[in-house]
Amino acid sequence: MREITLSQAVNEAIAEEMRRDPTTFVMGEDVAEAGTPFKVLSGLVSEFGTQRVIDTPISEPGFVGMAVGAAMTGARPIVDLMFGDFIYLVMDQLCNQAAKQHYMSGGKLSVPMVLRTNLGATRRSAAQHSQSLQALVAHIPGLKVAMPSSAYEAKGLMKTAIRDNNPVVIFEDKLMYQDKAPVPEEEFLIPFGVANIKREGHDITLIGTSSMVQVAEKAAEILAAEGISAEVIDPRTIVPLDEEMLINSVKKTSRAIVIDEGHQSYGVTAEIASRLNEKAFYHLDAPVLRMGAMDVPVPFSPALEDVTVPTPEGVAENARKLCAGRMIHAA
Amino acid sequence: MTSKTEASSNADDYLRMYTQMVRIRTFEDNANQLYLSAKMPGLTHMYSGQEAVAVGICEALTDNDRITSTHRGHGHCVAKGAEFKAMFCELLGKEEGYCRGKGGSMHIADQSHGNLGANAIVGGSMGIATGSALRAKVLGHDDVTVCFFGDGATAQGILYEVMNMAALWNLPVIYACENNGYSEYTKTEEIAAGSITARAEAFGIEAFTVDGQDVLAVNELSETLVARCRKGEGPFFIELMTYRYHGHHVGDINRAYYRSKEEEADWKENRDPIGRLRGWLVDQGIATENEIEVMNEQIKKDAEEAVAYAEAAAYPDVSEVDMHVYAATDPATV
Repeated sequence: MREITLSQAVNEAIAEEMRRDPTTFVMGEDVAEAGTPFKVLSGLVSEFGTQRVIDTPISEPGFVGMAVGAAMTGARPIVDLMFGDFIYLVMDQLCNQAAKQHYMSGGKLSVPMVLRTNLGATRRSAAQHSQSLQALVAHIPGLKVAMPSSAYEAKGLMKTAIRDNNPVVIFEDKLMYQDKAPVPEEEFLIPFGVANIKREGHDITLIGTSSMVQVAEKAAEILAAEGISAEVIDPRTIVPLDEEMLINSVKKTSRAIVIDEGHQSYGVTAEIASRLNEKAFYHLDAPVLRMGAMDVPVPFSPALEDVTVPTPEGVAENARKLCAGRMIHAA
Repeated sequence: MTSKTEASSNADDYLRMYTQMVRIRTFEDNANQLYLSAKMPGLTHMYSGQEAVAVGICEALTDNDRITSTHRGHGHCVAKGAEFKAMFCELLGKEEGYCRGKGGSMHIADQSHGNLGANAIVGGSMGIATGSALRAKVLGHDDVTVCFFGDGATAQGILYEVMNMAALWNLPVIYACENNGYSEYTKTEEIAAGSITARAEAFGIEAFTVDGQDVLAVNELSETLVARCRKGEGPFFIELMTYRYHGHHVGDINRAYYRSKEEEADWKENRDPIGRLRGWLVDQGIATENEIEVMNEQIKKDAEEAVAYAEAAAYPDVSEVDMHVYAATDPATV
């Protein structure tokens, strides 16, 4: 199978959907000629024109609000939010307006829009361009949240997001834009709420989101060499969450670590760990561990930044302790 | 005002405008009673006094044109074509309400008439309205969107973001600023520096100021601007000078600390939009006092019947609590 980058995968997905559905359009800062600072959308404007690939002023609340209104009246906008950190700027439009329209109107109005943005630290971009804020939006009923872990997921989830009749926030890891993965040339979609077992195992379940799937896979390699068999699962969407697949895996392995790059406290890892505790408690041989980013603003200095995020070695170390029964009470 | 010959040829339009204004006032009087008699959950914001704004503008629109409304939104909702029964049901949280009781007074939406909904965030629908206009432009539709908001909402930054984009892209949107003199409990002059219309003009948007108590003036201007929007000449900005008869909300009774009873009486007695149109209709020979009384009585009766209906109507089944969180997506498409 051919291999393409995550960036190309997103570009292909959007282009295919724009060809398929004339009501789709892209808007955001520097999306047209510039193709975004990460060049993810390069070339779209030459095929679809500036009428459907719209450069906006630097007005995030304004253009996200406009996407909500366009979606409510029959279009399917794909909004580009240049950095995930800018989500704070658009919280009213996203959480008070987009998320609630369908419910508040008793099902009459709907908001089929996609907000594509990014996450991920260790790019030396400091505290306001490095955050992973998926937990903030996953907390809000009415929003769906997708977290692709490779080019394959990035394409399949984006196409599903564009066709979904709800506001969907997609977080791409900005360090993965140039990572290649096998992606079929023929059309495919990845349904929401269906997790993917990346690697089968029987001693411990490692649940990772986005680039933390790679961290989990590397940890599983390390553990395999030591005779510990780790199962790696990628939920792919955290809202909706494929709870059943996660619970079934934990029932089999009796141990789990949940890894996500958002801050650990009150985060995605806490939510998933809590559900496992509630629904698989009597199958557990050890507490479910959370591994998120440290509860500090992301520091600039490489010496400091690198220790704030989960690493394969850190995951392997915790897995060893859990499997050896040395972590009855997580410190 | 319009000449007598024109007046008789447009008699139906004028009578409809009168009827719609009275319907709004009557709806609000009943809603206020429901609050005062503790029959309505929560509270609500009265539109009384501002009827000429909603009616003058909405009479220039078709069902295909969109509006976005505000927390003070009953007037826009009625003016855009909504029915009393479903509105009162919504105010009382009943299943037959426009939003199955899930929205209430501050979130009534009536998609069938192009009302994209009231909004409980001041300025919260400015993006939505401008986005509706962007959709019209991108998809080649010829509908116009009117964004209603109050003077208080001019203090929200998003207004300037979306007016900038609307002007850059010539979007078919009309920003209708209902200046009722008060931003909640504060005089507008204490929250708004400079001129409100000059802010729109700074973006190159043509801005107008109109007497918001004169429904015919509001309607005449709106007809012109809607037609120009359809020709691609938008956006436009209108500041409508009007007055809020009640407090910020129905519970805001003792308000002498921010405005005088004399001021309130002056607007009600000398500038009431309904009284003014009524006098004009009689003067022009379009309707007699007697005919007008008959119309008023009929509307009063309709409202009372709708209130009784809503009071007796069923609440939604509790199983609906987690319905409509997510819209269904046709499985064939994904």
